[in-house]
Amino acid sequence: MKQIKSIKEFSQGDQALAHIEPYDQTPLPAPFDKIDQEPAMEPLSPQSKEKYECSLDDTIAVSIPKPESKEEEERLVNQFISGLRKLFSKENNWTFLKPLVMSMEHCAKCQTCSDSCPIYEESGRNALYRPTLRSEILRRMYYKYIKRGSKFVHGDIDLNWKTVSRLIELAYRCNLCRRCAQTCPIGADNALLAREIRKIASQEMGIAPKEIHQNGSVLQIKVGSSTGMNSLVVKDNIEFIDEDTTDKTGIPVETPWDKEGADILLIHNAGEIMAWPENPGAFALLFNQAGLSWTMSSELAAYDGINYGVWYDDVQFARVALLHAQAAKKLGVKKIVIGECGHAHKALTVIADKVLTGDLNIPRESAITVLLDIVKSGKIKFDKSRNDFPVTLHDPCNMVRLMGIVAPQREIIRAVVPEGRFREMTPHGVNNYCCGGGSGFAIMSGHNFSHWRHHVSGRRKFRQILNAFQDEPMDKEHPKYVCAPCSNCKGQIRDILQYYNAWEKAGISYGGLVELMVNAMVDAKPGYIDWEWH
Amino acid sequence: MSAILYMVAYLALGVFFVAVVARIIMWIKMPMHVRWELYPVAHEAGKAHYGGSYYEESEWWNQPRQVSLLGELKVMLPEILFLVALKEHNFKLWLRSFPFHFGLYLVVASTALMFATGLINAISLDILHGALGNLIHNVILVSAAAGLVISWLGALGLLQRRLSLHELKDFASPADIFNLVFFVIAFGVALVTFVLVDNDFSIVSGFIANLLTFKPAALPGTGLASILPSISVVLMSLLVAYIPLTHMSHFIGKYFSYHSIRWNDEPNLQGGPQEETIGKMLQLPITWAAPHIKADGIKTWAEVATDITVKENKK
Repeated sequence: MKQIKSIKEFSQGDQALAHIEPYDQTPLPAPFDKIDQEPAMEPLSPQSKEKYECSLDDTIAVSIPKPESKEEEERLVNQFISGLRKLFSKENNWTFLKPLVMSMEHCAKCQTCSDSCPIYEESGRNALYRPTLRSEILRRMYYKYIKRGSKFVHGDIDLNWKTVSRLIELAYRCNLCRRCAQTCPIGADNALLAREIRKIASQEMGIAPKEIHQNGSVLQIKVGSSTGMNSLVVKDNIEFIDEDTTDKTGIPVETPWDKEGADILLIHNAGEIMAWPENPGAFALLFNQAGLSWTMSSELAAYDGINYGVWYDDVQFARVALLHAQAAKKLGVKKIVIGECGHAHKALTVIADKVLTGDLNIPRESAITVLLDIVKSGKIKFDKSRNDFPVTLHDPCNMVRLMGIVAPQREIIRAVVPEGRFREMTPHGVNNYCCGGGSGFAIMSGHNFSHWRHHVSGRRKFRQILNAFQDEPMDKEHPKYVCAPCSNCKGQIRDILQYYNAWEKAGISYGGLVELMVNAMVDAKPGYIDWEWH
Repeated sequence: MSAILYMVAYLALGVFFVAVVARIIMWIKMPMHVRWELYPVAHEAGKAHYGGSYYEESEWWNQPRQVSLLGELKVMLPEILFLVALKEHNFKLWLRSFPFHFGLYLVVASTALMFATGLINAISLDILHGALGNLIHNVILVSAAAGLVISWLGALGLLQRRLSLHELKDFASPADIFNLVFFVIAFGVALVTFVLVDNDFSIVSGFIANLLTFKPAALPGTGLASILPSISVVLMSLLVAYIPLTHMSHFIGKYFSYHSIRWNDEPNLQGGPQEETIGKMLQLPITWAAPHIKADGIKTWAEVATDITVKENKK
């Protein structure tokens, strides 16, 4: 296995510090247990190698152009140091200063967190992916170049463009799932430090993966959605979805738009509208049938609940959160309800909690609790036998470990899935594993990054899914359902199931929670879940 | 000579208390940060056992907050005493770290008892004779001896692990190694002193009583019987002063790490007390230099977030 031997190497040489080969990894469960039958990791193209920094691990997430001169390298290094200084100022980083200092000062470097990290584990325990490595490099930089501290106390690191560019790239080899923080005996948070490195890159240097910045938060602020949909297009698409849902269920469905004074402003991840239209369709059907007073908003960004800033940029985060709140204020709704999107949940309820004040501080609630209310109300009748197939549940990190929404989704599943058909993954709940697409990975597929994502970051989730269904016949004739109530997680699970051809080989498909509910609705025509479509 | 010993001890205690208080003030004075909790949150009544939160409740902002201090204690006490998280996630390290820390607790407890008895004697309370006095003496004897032994073994084990595992050694600074060596030497000398010279801890108890009464009397005995306790006092004093100046001050940081970050799920409700502080934070000037931030060092967070939104809208 090619891996980094010591921290010093991080600043040295031009060659990649690590390389992942399937033979270094633990085989997956049956029927995917033949390492030699796994899809090959695609190498970087010569063009990518020539144009972008790629000396970390033979893949690229960020696409940092290679500097053209030593002077440019020096300028970029100085920018990074300038950003590092700002990171420790109250003015520029009040948002995370205390958690940052806590993790910088109190990590005991005991490596306890390594075993909790699915990326480190599934890489074949490659030292480059230890949660502590990027943190330790940042820590040594800070104490040496900002605090001018002693090498005896804080260790040493050489500062050059290789160190900086590799560190930025390495910050995008972490899903920010915070499993490492959960296991830290002291409470140090290496995932947070990965995010802080991303912030220096974005907020000071203007460096971020284009999928989450230029085509993500910037596009959302400019057009209204990272999907590129403006308000006219999204209304058109929803109208089409309403018609389709009406056809499929036999129940007329109409989504209300911009209804002033409604109780609920429902905000979906707009990716659902584009990629999984059955999800917003199911929401509309359930909310209407339950008699809820709700609306969607065609205001800028208010029809797209994503907030990619939560992964890399506090300012972009604040801008999007404000747009969401402003739309709710304009409509005068009683609360904002967030659809099946984990990071949108955490962004608008937990993180924006310390951003929104006064009349913008409108209560925010998870759709999961609203859906459970619908189940409990008895206004909609469910026939569990319509979901007579094995179901497992993926816990989105943002919704579960980082928000504590654990029980309601399980209660809903028990109400719509026959007893004995639901099985938990191991581990689950707040100890779950990330889908592998967290922190933006699910939408990042440039160069050969998707191969790394499938082989490394998503491998633990795929292993969990396979293990959950090991007592079932693994073939297409016995369909199995992975319920993933999060748009980004669904995207990652879709990609990894396709990568391993899991539908054809093992009959494993996926979808959201509301799809399972509508599939069991007595008043709806059977067969809402379309197994082959994905 | 004896005066120097007492001066070192007073100085060490002074440094310790000043450093600890300074650390606590530093953490308290840190600005408000955005919420970054991690579940399970121990005080979530009825939900902490599976990691649930108030977000599981419909219209949670209209529900009464159920905060359980008992829930926090149920997690904190086993964590402080037995390092439960480490045991669960890194058992091999726990086998070394637990005796090290628990030994420290015993040494601290026995020292505190020595201070207490010294104080009681100093104010001439006649309550430490007979059975109670014997009991306290035996408790001090057992806890101090056991604490020194297991803590020394733990420190030795931690040092062995730090030096023998590449992934620990590579990440360690020279100071990390020094810290453990310091413990091994200081506790080792204290142990030797106990075994050879002060096997009922009467010398150290007497020294502590003198500290309390400001009577810098010479330590009893001559030769090794005097030198060993003196070295032990100096080393222990230096250790006491040194700990809060290093990352070993995590005994303070851990409290804030849990209560202020990991378990801090206090919501900011409309019109609630947090809004004023948030408003102040949003008025701080921002100087991030990336073009999309559009900061100029004068604009505040609130202005940068809202101004750009308006400009972007017009495009």
